[in-house]
Amino acid sequence: MTSIASAGTASGNSNQTWLLLLLKLRTFIALIVVFAFFAFAAPNFLSAANFVIMSKHVALNAFLAIGMTFVIITGGIDLSVGSIVGLCGMVAGWLILNGVDIGIGYTLYFNIFEIFAITLLVGVLFGAINGALITKLNVAPFIATLGTLYVARGLALLSSDGATFPNLVGNPEYGSNGLSVLGSGNFMGIPVSIWILIAVGCGAAYIAGRTPLGRHIYAVGGNEHAAALSGVKVNRVKMFVYMFSGFCAAIVGLVISSQLVAAHPATGETFELNAIAAAVLGGTSMSGGRGRIAGTIIGAFVIGILSDGLVMMGVSSFWQTVIKGLVIIAAVVVDQAQQRLQAKVALQQQAALSTQEG
Amino acid sequence: MNNLSYSEEHQIGLTVRGATKVYPGTLALNEADFDVRLGAVNVLVGENGAGKSTLMKVIAGVEQLTSGEIALDGKRVRFADTRAAAAHGIGIVFQELNLFPNMTVADNIFIAREKTRGGVDIDSRSQRAEAASLMKRLEHDILPDALVGELSIGEQQIVEIAKALAQDARILIMDEPTSALSAAEVEILFRVIKDLKKSGVGIIYISHRLEELIRIGDYITVLRDGCITGSRSMKGVEVSWIVRNMIGAASKDFSKSLTHQLGAEVFRAEDICLPSKNGGLVVDRVSMSLRSGEIVGIYGLMGAGRSEFFECIMAQHLVCTGKFYVDGKPLDETSVAGRIERGIALIPEDRKGAGLVQILPIRENMSLSSLMKFTRRGHLSIKKECTAVADMVRDLFIKVASVENPVSSLSGGNQQKVVIGKALMTNPKLLLMDEPSRGIDIGAKAEVFQEMRKLAADGLGILFVTSDLEEVMSLSDRILVMSKGRVIKEFTQQEATEEQIIAASAVGHTTTSQKTPENRELQI
Repeated sequence: MTSIASAGTASGNSNQTWLLLLLKLRTFIALIVVFAFFAFAAPNFLSAANFVIMSKHVALNAFLAIGMTFVIITGGIDLSVGSIVGLCGMVAGWLILNGVDIGIGYTLYFNIFEIFAITLLVGVLFGAINGALITKLNVAPFIATLGTLYVARGLALLSSDGATFPNLVGNPEYGSNGLSVLGSGNFMGIPVSIWILIAVGCGAAYIAGRTPLGRHIYAVGGNEHAAALSGVKVNRVKMFVYMFSGFCAAIVGLVISSQLVAAHPATGETFELNAIAAAVLGGTSMSGGRGRIAGTIIGAFVIGILSDGLVMMGVSSFWQTVIKGLVIIAAVVVDQAQQRLQAKVALQQQAALSTQEG
Repeated sequence: MNNLSYSEEHQIGLTVRGATKVYPGTLALNEADFDVRLGAVNVLVGENGAGKSTLMKVIAGVEQLTSGEIALDGKRVRFADTRAAAAHGIGIVFQELNLFPNMTVADNIFIAREKTRGGVDIDSRSQRAEAASLMKRLEHDILPDALVGELSIGEQQIVEIAKALAQDARILIMDEPTSALSAAEVEILFRVIKDLKKSGVGIIYISHRLEELIRIGDYITVLRDGCITGSRSMKGVEVSWIVRNMIGAASKDFSKSLTHQLGAEVFRAEDICLPSKNGGLVVDRVSMSLRSGEIVGIYGLMGAGRSEFFECIMAQHLVCTGKFYVDGKPLDETSVAGRIERGIALIPEDRKGAGLVQILPIRENMSLSSLMKFTRRGHLSIKKECTAVADMVRDLFIKVASVENPVSSLSGGNQQKVVIGKALMTNPKLLLMDEPSRGIDIGAKAEVFQEMRKLAADGLGILFVTSDLEEVMSLSDRILVMSKGRVIKEFTQQEATEEQIIAASAVGHTTTSQKTPENRELQI
């Protein structure tokens, strides 16, 4: 290499490193910018009460987005989560109100913990159906989950003939009271749903970064064939991500019906799109192999704060939709720039290495 | 082969002067001068990263020069894109296949230059007819309506060559056209090249196979680190001269053997059969055994069933019958993970598609098969993983700036070493290597071969597949020759001769080719 070329790269290097760092932290920077903006522009934005409300809103989307992130990293998509939210809410409502008629004149009522467990199981089961369709029957993820989107929504509507299950306070006699703790309870001043989000988020981040399963999720999304030849059990990995996504959706179903103390079959419509948006905003690549749980959670916060802040400023909800769309597109454009720069820096390092030795 | 008497009479068609190409961080070409003579084979040779591909990309209009000029027939030209270069009669057969697996052979050959009636309606019949005649010229009976994705890599290479031929190029660039071809197919290609020479086409020929270059070339240009280090007529050129100019030192001899004792039998295959899609057997009653410390080379033509045999060992085919034994115990595991656990590791032929996850870091690629080694109660110790990967990088002399960079930033040779590292980290007893030297430069090749010998000396059994005669002769303790799914003959290193191996590899082949792609729908 000539001295001119190497001198040029040396000065360019530190600039690039900074730019790369800036791009990597973009979602976080966006969060700070959005936050700072509303702190000035929206009255009462900085109040504690507002934080509690906002974080509850964000949590709902964040749960779904965490599950979605795993699915997208494997190269798939899960469109059914919104419907699973609705269905799981209805399952919980049904169990509290009606119990299960076992057919011989008796009705079985469950206590609230059993109800939680059964509801979560329903979510996981739907995820397993998605996974089985995709791995065993080779249905494309988009189609498989589009199908279960309709099926789950239809079942939710059938369960009550489209009506709402109202007043889900439960019956202390059966131990089925206490649903509302999930949605409106507090622990050490922080809403219970946020505690659950912290637990699920940390768990998911741990799986992604520190377990063989997490590594396999990335490998499957990056190159399925190579992963299979390396001994990765591709089908098991896929089953897991869809089941986990269903699990996250069931949590959201429970939290929402708890917040409302009622279950409505249309709950969760278009939630899947918000979840995808949060994942993408957080740097998850739709072509698979790339994404982070922390990024997704920050992405969910950006979207949540943006829409709540705009409401507080009195911006029309139609404009909110436009702005949300623009933010998502901008995020992906910046992401592409980051990828290019990152590849360039890696190649430069490699080239510098070979010139040193050659 | 090359007629030397007219070697100085060839007219120069294309000249490159003072070509310099700067990429961010690298100087890929440095003041390179290059002439392409018409009606002759202009060989370009150099290690990976020497700038051959860059020079070709510049000539084909894929990239533009930073400084310097290109002249065609004495007139200065500047190609904005490949289309402009093609309009001036420059065609290129890329090293990486640029085909659409979802489309037919004919569609691929005429992609972006479709024969149309009135600019809209595609004239499939004449496309098909021309594709068929191109295949005839290349002596292959690949059907124009066959899907490219269903062809083997060697056949795809043939389609790529046909695509370039279809453009009636005056200057044809062939970037490692033989890397996926077997000896018989190389012969066919050479006949086609001679044909093209006669009709006045100037061919730029890039290859890592030096013997081949000396045979086919009329002029040779050697590149090293972006500079031209030698350029002359092929007359009297010897391998040592090429190597000296390429790597700037005396020839590396990779055939030097470490002598060591062979151990007990580590692997045995009995009566392995794999039915083919069109009836018949792709792998036909293959039985073999391998001792620890032994290197066995499997040589054969394309479609001989070598890769498929490896796929059977690696549990890729459910319908495969027969028995495998590792250390005398039957290999009953049906999953890849189970077989890896039993000590089998595969280094696939298709590095990009089957060997590596390109977007993941070098570290994560390397440890992908052996994560359980660093895991205790579900917790993956990144620290242990990093140490193990760093050790492997050092042992294999992999040149990496950082193990956290994506594996795609490495050169072909270093990528191959990452795949080897991944296999070794599973502590295998049997290493399966499918074309281990495909697409890597001579320096890296020598290192890979040395590593293979060292591993064998440490007691590993190595089974490798190659289409390179020299390679199989110099590396193997024992050579198996396969043809049409069967093991035709077995040689020890001492008794094998090139003629015998070639003869054995052609058993069962008649003048018409063996493959009949599925086309039942068409006949209805």
